[in-house]
Amino acid sequence: MQNQFSNLSRRSFLKSSALAGGGLLLSFSWLAGCKPNTEELLTLPEEWFRMNGYIRIGDNGVITIMSPNPEGGQNIKTSMPMIVAEELDADWSKVIVEQAPLDTENFTRQFIGGSQAIRVGWTPLRTAGATARLLLMQAAAKSWNVPVSEIKTENGFLNHQSSNKKAHYGELASLAATLPIPEEVTLKNPSDFKLIGTSKKNVDVPKIITGKPLFGIDYKKEGMKIAMIIQPPAFGMKLKSFDASQAKRMPGIVDIFQVKSLQDDYKRTFFDTVQFTDLIAVVGNSTWEVMNAKKAVELEYELMESYEEKRDMFGREGSRFVPGGLESDDSQEQKMQEASKNARVQRKDGDPETAFARASQIIERTYTAPFLVHNCMEPMNFFAHVNGDKVHCAGPLQKPELTEQALSNRLGIPVENIEIEMTRLGGGYGRRSYAHWLIEAAVISQKVNAPIKLIYTREDDMTAGIYRSRYQITYRAALDENNDLIGFHINGGGLPENPLHPNRFPAGAVENYLVEGWEVPSNVTTGSFRAPRSNFNASAEQSFLDEVAEAAGKDPLEFRIELLKKAKAKPIGENNDYDPDRYIGVLELVKNKSDWGKQENGISRGVSAYFCHNSYAAQVMDLKVENGQVAIQKVITAVDCGIVVNPDAAKNLCEGAVIDGIGTAMFGEQTFEKGVPKNKNFDTYRMIRMKEAPKKIETYFVENNVDPTGLGEPAYPPVFAALANSLYQATGKRIYNQPFSKQISF
Amino acid sequence: MAIFNLTVNGNSKQVDVDPNTPMLWVLRDHLDLVGTKFGCGIAQCGACTIHMDGAAVRSCQLPVSAAEGVKITTIEGISEKGDHPVQKAWVEHDVPQCGYCQAGQIMSAVALLKDNPSPSDEDIDNAMNGNICRCGTYTRIKAAIKTASQNV
Repeated sequence: MQNQFSNLSRRSFLKSSALAGGGLLLSFSWLAGCKPNTEELLTLPEEWFRMNGYIRIGDNGVITIMSPNPEGGQNIKTSMPMIVAEELDADWSKVIVEQAPLDTENFTRQFIGGSQAIRVGWTPLRTAGATARLLLMQAAAKSWNVPVSEIKTENGFLNHQSSNKKAHYGELASLAATLPIPEEVTLKNPSDFKLIGTSKKNVDVPKIITGKPLFGIDYKKEGMKIAMIIQPPAFGMKLKSFDASQAKRMPGIVDIFQVKSLQDDYKRTFFDTVQFTDLIAVVGNSTWEVMNAKKAVELEYELMESYEEKRDMFGREGSRFVPGGLESDDSQEQKMQEASKNARVQRKDGDPETAFARASQIIERTYTAPFLVHNCMEPMNFFAHVNGDKVHCAGPLQKPELTEQALSNRLGIPVENIEIEMTRLGGGYGRRSYAHWLIEAAVISQKVNAPIKLIYTREDDMTAGIYRSRYQITYRAALDENNDLIGFHINGGGLPENPLHPNRFPAGAVENYLVEGWEVPSNVTTGSFRAPRSNFNASAEQSFLDEVAEAAGKDPLEFRIELLKKAKAKPIGENNDYDPDRYIGVLELVKNKSDWGKQENGISRGVSAYFCHNSYAAQVMDLKVENGQVAIQKVITAVDCGIVVNPDAAKNLCEGAVIDGIGTAMFGEQTFEKGVPKNKNFDTYRMIRMKEAPKKIETYFVENNVDPTGLGEPAYPPVFAALANSLYQATGKRIYNQPFSKQISF
Repeated sequence: MAIFNLTVNGNSKQVDVDPNTPMLWVLRDHLDLVGTKFGCGIAQCGACTIHMDGAAVRSCQLPVSAAEGVKITTIEGISEKGDHPVQKAWVEHDVPQCGYCQAGQIMSAVALLKDNPSPSDEDIDNAMNGNICRCGTYTRIKAAIKTASQNV
């Protein structure tokens, strides 16, 4: 691989960084108040020199790198600065990482979602590091009066061999700060990486294990009050009236009032999803007092009429029909069955009808999955202080850039007067993309004219909506007399979201292919959930392919490879959204690492693979079923996500995906009775616990020099089918409906 | 409201609160010890685990009125410098993802190893059954407990 020149529009990138000024970045950061252990070990520099938006270099050589993206467990706060430090040739032990505030002037794409942070940040972060390094080299060349080409950098030092000059970065940082930003920088050849590809510890662990305030819910400010909301008990209902006269007299209560989070005529953008906009706010001095007063508010609700919700989806205006009525599990299912009969074609290759007519064997199976709740361990919360026309907010959220717009619109305060601090997220999984609670917090603060921290109880959180949609897919496969797959038919949809990715595998591998989709409107709000849509697609498709392989008398792993080879040799149709070689790569790797075909006695094994978020993942799961109880022995994951920045952290993420996938497949479910979400807390919404986790998890990465692709999500979708397929091997029963625990004890 | 005299992490503390206030909220709202986390409020998730005379309890279910005359220890109090063998093992195994549940996990693990310095896999599963980790770090937690058991 050649050294590469950055093709980024660096001028604007670096220029915009230079405009804001370093002091500003520091003043935003409340987390800087609780210093990490590294800061205690190193003497803080007397003076900070700002190199660019991501980096400050102190006169003592200490380098501070701002991690621009919110951290929610993906370890981005460690891996993003590692990328900068790599190109900067910094000494990692002298690097301090700080969380940047929301700063749309300086940073691009400050959000969690779509496993894209490293992929999108890769070139800008490297360019930032390389630019800082070049500036330092130029400063050294100037100071020592030698050619810049003769300066070498290593581990935070500059040196010029022939004149025997050596200096640490801090010594030349002030001079470097006066130099113009270079037009072009050379990025390293990946084979020269020293830091990327080595495992570095999560920079926040010392704070996490000692209970330091890191999370939004820990945020505290002088004069701050605690706020909670009361939302309607059912989807399809709205607030009619309330009486808080008794509750207001309870100890510690400041005020109780009605709030409106989003105005009815507001054109909602992509992440402004929320059903309950008319709420009761309870504000008081302490959480316990507010919780008690909440119970004493007398409330009356009425049925909500159907309406059209106005939408502005990234410039595309439209509306969404929100039906009235109180939905129950059965009524929803009935509507889904009806809708599946009126599906629209999303992809068609060849002549599926004829293929099915001449098939010697047709396999048809239907898969379903219920609503899921994200269940972040840190309940939704946000701090807000609306002080006249200035807004200061702090807390955990995934899409600060987008939420800032909605907040500005709601408060009528310009974006430049809104400051959002990003705290560590106690889980996100998609839920914290929909930051209606931030807007609620700000509206409540505006009303009481005081800083407040809004906290949801677990029940508020679990019944507020923004669930993973309810899905159903029916697959039909046509095998000819040679057991070749000649036809494939997908009919899938959801309430309210259609889960299909019509151009993904096995599209491209089957001559005659038909994809039909449908949607059912619902007033239950839904949104992104770790690996949106893929989490169900993979589960259904990979379970079905297992069954098709069996019907064709083929090994399930080899069957997948055979199809992928077909797609590579002669791709059918257009826009096939995957690379067969990389797909085969993870299957070959997992085959090799699991000694596929040579499993131990008494162990049942299943395989699954999927492509999403630009990465490929495959799993082999080994389990035993003893006395009707499932015990998972081992899960082997193979991933191709390109270059792996921080391998041990990447493994941790994949291990989490495996455990999360098993837990969700087995237990995850939200259900409804007359619009009321039935599961309100962890007593009935079962979560996976330690004893149900696999005894062993191994993760392997395909080694290549492809620029990094996503990792937060790709290892999650295939887990479901790896479990279903290994359970089939153990029990002889196929599982078609989630949660699996309804059919097997776990 | 009433005055309660508490011993938290070896320090005497006085709070004036409703006698039914759970220790979770006394710690978080009144004593500025926010390491103990709110997760469910019904003793199902373990995020709020603290020690009462060394035993792991869910602080969301422990009223302040029952916390007088006992020694309360929180995540902030299990070591001076974050160097309890369990904390060190957590660093060694780089356990956390989001990190929110980890204080509760550590408190349960410390209590387990105090009673049972060499726990079997089953002992660990049982002692940790009350602590949910939504990110799925269970295999690392278990490995860290085994490492810590060699150093307590």
